[in-house]
Amino acid sequence: MARPAAAWRWVRPAVVVGLAALAVGVPLWLVLATAAKPQAEAVRPNLDPPDAWQPGRNYSDALSEGEMLRGLVNSLLVIVPAVLLVLVLGAGAAWVFARRRGRLVAAAYAVCVSGLLLPPAIITIVLQLRQLGLAGTRPGMIAVYTAMYLSTSIFFMTGFIRSIPHELEEAARIDGAGPLRVFVRVVLPLLRPVIATATIMVMLYAWSDVFYAFFVLGGGDAATLPINLYQVASAQLYLNNWHLIFAYVVLMSLPMIAVFLVAQRRIVSGITSGAVK
Amino acid sequence: MATPVTTTGRPPGRLPRAAVHHPWWFALPAVLVFGGFFLLPNLLNFWYPFTDWSGYRSQISFTGLDNFRQILDDGTLWRAIRVTLVYALLAALFQNAFGLGLALLLERDTRFNRFFRAVFFLPVLISALAVGYVFQALFNTDGAVNDALGTAVPWLGDTTWTIVLVAVVHGWKWMGLAMLIYLAGLKGIPGEVLEAARADGAGPWRMFRAIRFPLLAPAVTFNVTTSLLGSMNTFDIVQATTGGGPAGSTEVMNIYMFRVFGQGLYAQASAMSLVLFLIVVALAVPLITGLRRREQMW
Repeated sequence: MARPAAAWRWVRPAVVVGLAALAVGVPLWLVLATAAKPQAEAVRPNLDPPDAWQPGRNYSDALSEGEMLRGLVNSLLVIVPAVLLVLVLGAGAAWVFARRRGRLVAAAYAVCVSGLLLPPAIITIVLQLRQLGLAGTRPGMIAVYTAMYLSTSIFFMTGFIRSIPHELEEAARIDGAGPLRVFVRVVLPLLRPVIATATIMVMLYAWSDVFYAFFVLGGGDAATLPINLYQVASAQLYLNNWHLIFAYVVLMSLPMIAVFLVAQRRIVSGITSGAVK
Repeated sequence: MATPVTTTGRPPGRLPRAAVHHPWWFALPAVLVFGGFFLLPNLLNFWYPFTDWSGYRSQISFTGLDNFRQILDDGTLWRAIRVTLVYALLAALFQNAFGLGLALLLERDTRFNRFFRAVFFLPVLISALAVGYVFQALFNTDGAVNDALGTAVPWLGDTTWTIVLVAVVHGWKWMGLAMLIYLAGLKGIPGEVLEAARADGAGPWRMFRAIRFPLLAPAVTFNVTTSLLGSMNTFDIVQATTGGGPAGSTEVMNIYMFRVFGQGLYAQASAMSLVLFLIVVALAVPLITGLRRREQMW
């Protein structure tokens, strides 16, 4: 018994490092190395280190030719309002769903979290947005993202509120606070950890979404970062311009990686506590 | 501030206390937005597939089953269903196998393990479209893998095996999330149970088969459902690696919808969208009840 266990103590770290190098290291190196190569070297992507280094030029080309700043602003103008709406509307609904009893509440809750599993009917959404005059506009995109991700936030928040004792709310009520005051002063502050999780999950999905953005926003002036990336990668001008594509990929990924590094602990505990309950 | 709700002396009267303390209107905005932009489109999606809605007409009229007949006759319906199901099954399999493997490898809470958990979580943070391009550069016939191996294998050009490779990429992208959830599941297993099994002389494999895996049931339920149903709704990775090719062998439903919608054939795209919806519902109900029952058995 002791022998294989002792061997495993030394083999395991080697396996972990080997796997990480192969599964994450190789793709990461390919991206970083190619983003530093001149075009001639990058046409046929390989794992060789660059002969001539020009990361600065590639990154500034990706920024200017890929219109990254416009894409960034467009992404933020859609994602920030959508996340805020998802959180505020989701928290209000979750409070009612968690605290009230009855068949109607259970049914409304079941319907509102169905979006966790059901696919959005994106084709009909487009028609509906056209009829409302919202197709191709940011308010249209915000409404679609909000509806799509409300289920996630309602699911996480309802579970969380159920675990908060009633007494905290009651104490405020005895002091004469009405529902709005109780919600803003007592419930919302308690929700802080789950708000962090929901924010990050929604940001993660919306930041990378290209499918729904294509249908709703299209490739026009309101194009978000992932749409820009798609256009950069598919345009004839950029065909096989892997050095620019990967410079774009690095720049576009940095914000999400930064968010993860800052909020790592909270993300990990939030994701896992919501899922396994 | 709204006065009617802040009064303290309101007689509870006929209104139940719940209605006073947690009034419905807090849920109303969420219900309206969800109803209007998620539920309603999904309901309307039961109507448009039976019309001739397209980019070339100004009027929409009823045409019965024409759209379904067309995708049935040209073979796209069955192909799309088969490709989507195969892709989803494989992607769920790889995502869970990788995630569980990593969770078991990195189970103990050490500094070393925490660092490598973050490393394996990195792909989750990168957009799926970007992931697709990275693997296209790796597996292109002119790509980095063939260059490193000195081969010329058309990794992304095989009508049988390319879909497996793309599903591996999907599993790779999401394995970090599955890993976190399995880790939380492993952490939730009471220490006494493991002690008792160890005292009874159970080896590592036996411990896993007989105790840890069954006790992981809630994590398995969550991971299997979300990965299977989520990968039915896939687009980005397939679009960026193969674009649906070769010869349509990786054309999942969302790629078909995207392509046909671009041609202005809206009603046909919507017909496929309805099929996707029905398949997801048909899978979700037995899947969730079955896995829940399995949880309770242990």
